[in-house]
Amino acid sequence: MIEVSNLVKKYNERTAVSGVSFSVKKGEILGFLGPNGAGKSTTMKILSAFIEASAGTVTVNGFNVASEPRKVKASIGYLPENPPVYTGMEVESYLRFAARIHGVEKTNVKKSVEAAMEKCGISDVRNRLIGNLSKGYRQRVGLAQAIAHNPPVLILDEPTVGLDPRQIIEIRNLIQSLGGEHTVILSTHILPEVQATCSRVVVIDKGKVVAEDTLDGIAARMQSNARLTITTAKDPKNLLPEIQKLDGVVSTSVGKTATEGEFVVYVECQKGSDIRSMISEKIVHANLSLLGLFQEKLSLEDAFVRLITVDENLDFKREDTQHV
Amino acid sequence: MFKNISLIAGRDLRSYFYTPIAYIVIAMFLILIGWMFSQLLSFYAQQVSQYAALSFGEKPKLVDSVIRPLFGNVNVILLFVAPFITMRLLAEEKKDHTIELLKTAPVRPIEIVLGKFLAGFILLLIMIAITFVYPAILYFISRPDWGVVLACYIGIACVSAVYISVGLFWSSRTENQIVAAVLTFGTLLFFWLIGWASHRAGPVWSDVLNHLSIIGHYSNFAQGLLDTTDFVFYFSFVGFALFLTNLSVRGE
Ligand SMILES: Nc1ncnc2c1ncn2[C@@H]1O[C@H](COP(=O)(O)OP(=O)(O)O)[C@@H](O)[C@H]1O
Ligand SMILES: [Mg+2]
Repeated sequence: MIEVSNLVKKYNERTAVSGVSFSVKKGEILGFLGPNGAGKSTTMKILSAFIEASAGTVTVNGFNVASEPRKVKASIGYLPENPPVYTGMEVESYLRFAARIHGVEKTNVKKSVEAAMEKCGISDVRNRLIGNLSKGYRQRVGLAQAIAHNPPVLILDEPTVGLDPRQIIEIRNLIQSLGGEHTVILSTHILPEVQATCSRVVVIDKGKVVAEDTLDGIAARMQSNARLTITTAKDPKNLLPEIQKLDGVVSTSVGKTATEGEFVVYVECQKGSDIRSMISEKIVHANLSLLGLFQEKLSLEDAFVRLITVDENLDFKREDTQHV
Repeated sequence: MFKNISLIAGRDLRSYFYTPIAYIVIAMFLILIGWMFSQLLSFYAQQVSQYAALSFGEKPKLVDSVIRPLFGNVNVILLFVAPFITMRLLAEEKKDHTIELLKTAPVRPIEIVLGKFLAGFILLLIMIAITFVYPAILYFISRPDWGVVLACYIGIACVSAVYISVGLFWSSRTENQIVAAVLTFGTLLFFWLIGWASHRAGPVWSDVLNHLSIIGHYSNFAQGLLDTTDFVFYFSFVGFALFLTNLSVRGE
């Protein structure tokens, strides 16, 4: 239903999206997961033909976004980051306009708008000015706008942002109910959102796809890895290439510690390969004064955090980490 | 094509009345024109009574004393009014992100541009149409030259189309409505005054500058003359401005 290949978007000199490829099958709900600034919104704006790509191709519903943008637009319902609502209009007349401009015939407008309001739970505010609605209701009006013309494809950019927990659950249920009949891409920076609504996930970071799998697949893949945290009293930099060469090591990285005179190294290794004794030997051999050696299993949450995010709560920052 | 244009034009036209600004602008416009009309009329009455008393010179004509100056003033006032009408057309859509709704709907950019243009143009035409009460009042006093009145209205409509197209262009270039209004006013004033510069320019340039003057082309209408060159000028001016607006809407 949606094919994205080698998508690149440059804003002047800045590359927001660099070589993103993925595809979405009919009826699927795809989670587009990544931290702020990863390039989610940029990708979605290109998919919905709001902005043009610098390179790469996108086809939606069999139409190329660059050569047949209007056919693509007719196939899509799009909820941008900021709901595109006219604050001076009443909810119902706004939705009528949105439906009409998306090609719904005059005779069907009332029915379509009625159904969309019903699904999004905004029937009771139909005569209110959108400008007087709360953020949560505006978001729902935005969502109703996206589904009013019953498009085969829905592109939802962070649809639950700014909602309270109860509204979040309602919107998630709504999105889930839209799967099957509609093909949905939903972007988010929140992992539980993906777990709650999506069947498959594409993880994006710094404009690149870092993982694409089913939820179970990613969990399995990541959980099979274990992470060693090694603390030493002397800088272990020179030892890293040697550790990297050991059997079963996936990656090594230097972390940062708050404590003066302590150095931290993270070693990710495959399941089943316990290399703790080998590493401790090497460190002792190199006279680095081993202070600690700790093995942890990566949970799904950790796996995603490691994949996508430089979280403020972590004791290291991705930028400071040197991958060897 | 026409369905989308009229949808957009209709929504925008209605949206003028969501806020008080349109009411205020229209009210001010009508009050100003009404005041000018009464001034012109009382001056005309003075001229007529003088003529009757002295029986000297030519009998003052309604067309020269009231109609022509009145419509000339309408043009000037619209120069101030139009930027307020056009400033929000696209700038506001960009600021409020509603442009994303229009640009991700199966609508051509030119349909957006023409819809917006029509919304502003029709609002100005409505305002201009209301001023017809003044020539209608003249009907009870004397017999105005309806040919000249009609030509003046056609001329004002042409000038208004230019105002709206320039305003729409600047509204497409910025998110800031005030910036759009100021740039519109500056540009329109420039094309108004360009005729003055022609007096000092050389023979060729004088012709060129005169030809580019918005108001220069209006003078024929004020005389009750409809000339194709004037229509061609206004039509191509508006066409060019809308073409640039279309590029700007498409490009971002
Ligand atoms: N209009 C723009 N001009 C310049 N840079 C932009 C623009 N829009 C986004 N960016 C940059 O592109 C990157 C990706 O942004 P975005 O797609 O909005 O990320 P996300 O939606 O994942 O948070 C960010 O670094 C952002 O600063
Ligand atoms: Mg975003």
